Amino acid sequence: MSAPALELDRVSKIYGAKAARPVRAVDAVSMSVAKGEIVALLGSSGCGKTSTLRMVAGFETVSEGAVRIAGREVNRVAPAKRNVAMAFEGYSLYPPLTVRENIAFALKSARLPREEVARRVAEIAHLLEIEPILDRYPASISGGQQQRASLGRALIREADLHLLDEPMGQLEPALRALLRGRIKHFVKERGLTAVLVTHDQTEANALADRIAVMEGGVLQQFASPAELKDRPANLFTGTFIGEPPMNVFQAQARAEGDALRLGLGEGVALDYPAAGFEPAVRETILKRGRVTLGVRPHAVRLDPAGAPAEVAANQWLGDQSHIAASFAGGTLVTVEHDRARLRPGDRIGVRFEPADLHVFDGETGAALSHGGRAA
Amino acid sequence: MDHASPMTRWLKGLALTLVVIFFMFPILWIVLMSFQTNETILRMPPSVVFTPTLENYQALITGKLVSSAGVLEIQFMRNLMNSVILSVCSVALSLLLGVPAAYAFARHKFRGSEDIAFTLLSFRFAPPLLVLLPLALYFQDLGLANTYIGLIWVYQLICLPLILWIVRGYFEDISPDVEHAYRLAGHSWFSTFRRIALPLAGPGIAAAGLLAFIFAWNNFVFALVLASADKQPVTVGALAFVTASGIQYGQIAAGIVLSIAPTLALALYAQRYLVEGLSLGAVKG
Repeated sequence: MSAPALELDRVSKIYGAKAARPVRAVDAVSMSVAKGEIVALLGSSGCGKTSTLRMVAGFETVSEGAVRIAGREVNRVAPAKRNVAMAFEGYSLYPPLTVRENIAFALKSARLPREEVARRVAEIAHLLEIEPILDRYPASISGGQQQRASLGRALIREADLHLLDEPMGQLEPALRALLRGRIKHFVKERGLTAVLVTHDQTEANALADRIAVMEGGVLQQFASPAELKDRPANLFTGTFIGEPPMNVFQAQARAEGDALRLGLGEGVALDYPAAGFEPAVRETILKRGRVTLGVRPHAVRLDPAGAPAEVAANQWLGDQSHIAASFAGGTLVTVEHDRARLRPGDRIGVRFEPADLHVFDGETGAALSHGGRAA
Repeated sequence: MDHASPMTRWLKGLALTLVVIFFMFPILWIVLMSFQTNETILRMPPSVVFTPTLENYQALITGKLVSSAGVLEIQFMRNLMNSVILSVCSVALSLLLGVPAAYAFARHKFRGSEDIAFTLLSFRFAPPLLVLLPLALYFQDLGLANTYIGLIWVYQLICLPLILWIVRGYFEDISPDVEHAYRLAGHSWFSTFRRIALPLAGPGIAAAGLLAFIFAWNNFVFALVLASADKQPVTVGALAFVTASGIQYGQIAAGIVLSIAPTLALALYAQRYLVEGLSLGAVKG
């Protein structure tokens, strides 16, 4: 077993360490990326994902912890010596060079034979659909084209690690969807290791084998897209991942005979028979008392016999209805795949299956159970 | 631009013509004067019709000022040479020191970097006369008075802040990621500076250098106090034209033409860089 392509060992980035209020932009992030893996750093702006990437590239010093690339600690290694390729969010093409020269630049620096450079540039250009602009200068092409050129300049290299900072933010949706597939195929086919930074969870889901969700400089969860969706480690990941976001309600848990009763606001209570939860999970939930209940909009069932709710809005998005309803003193969003004939003011009943329930600690937000099983 | 109506275009042309006349007329007038004798210059009413003469230029180049009172030795050509030496060397030294410094100030924020940069700029605020007298005394003691090295040193007060601050702005305009991309491709920071930052800031450096050259060329007080006859630049040397027998307008005009020629030629030649430099923001990638 060879060393991981990238290993972060309790890496922190502290800005203004000597100032009155140092900012921990990245706080003790640990993760390991296997060779050939695609990992996405996902989070809202300012969550520390780009700082993390820049520490890996070597443009930011590592305040604490260690960054290891292919088993070698690189904290004090110059960017040039890390064998890392990067596509920058701001494209950063060399203005005096054409797109072709920009893409070929690193290969020419490495003194590869001219025919091979030409062949690989042609291949990348075809992949990224930038053949017609190869001989144009960066200033004369659109943002999306510059972004693809920048992406090409990174992907053409055979580096230990490919870092992609918001690689497709400027592209049109159709092109983005097409390129996602192609880039993933390209990276996998060549066995490259890629770490991409994005705030777009669709992009992260489509491209990455594993996603590292970050918030406030802290790594919240590092798992496969499916696991992030089914088993969020905490309330943040639960509500951050998924579109529309997970419905969240504060609940008071107590035992009602064998059943577990979750009391929501405004007198709404949900009863779950003992079979719905593992005994240990049921214990934990009862012990906590105050919990946060999460239900994904897709998992909300409309059932006239269920808990009462009142429709507040109904939007048809062309392929699904998003229905917002007032429920237990809060708002509940549910997704229906048929065009629901509901109007504001209509009374409906909703039901959550135990298998669809996520229960989080009411105080810390840590996940207690998913679908009745321990988190 | 192409959508402007004929009227707008006509008015624009008129405005441009007026501006050109306003700025070019003095130069034209000086050039005309330089080919006239003192008598034709001073006649009333003035006229543009005259028989051109080269005797003004001849007097300057041979160094013999012939006036009604006799022949006066002047060292105009030597002064011109001094101006060239002082300006070129000062700007060269400033570029050598200022461009890397500007890069450092633009890219590396270290403790006190703003203060140092500002201190350098503040050299431009201080009235030159305030520092000149103490400086003259020090220079006497150090043996720097009336030497090219001493003058070039003092001229850094003019050139260095100018170059530092203008070039710094250009470096700051270059996205650091362009350099990062280059460094990731396996290059050291020095080769990044040389191959990426310098060429991209090239028009700015040219513009700053040119501006510094003009300021250095036009300087008067430093040389007046710190240099004696054989090291004086044209600005100070021109005082020689105010003679006992009157002011030699023809020779002054010729002297001015000769002394503005280098800066004018340089400005015309570097025009492209100046324009490119000023519009850098509009085209940078």
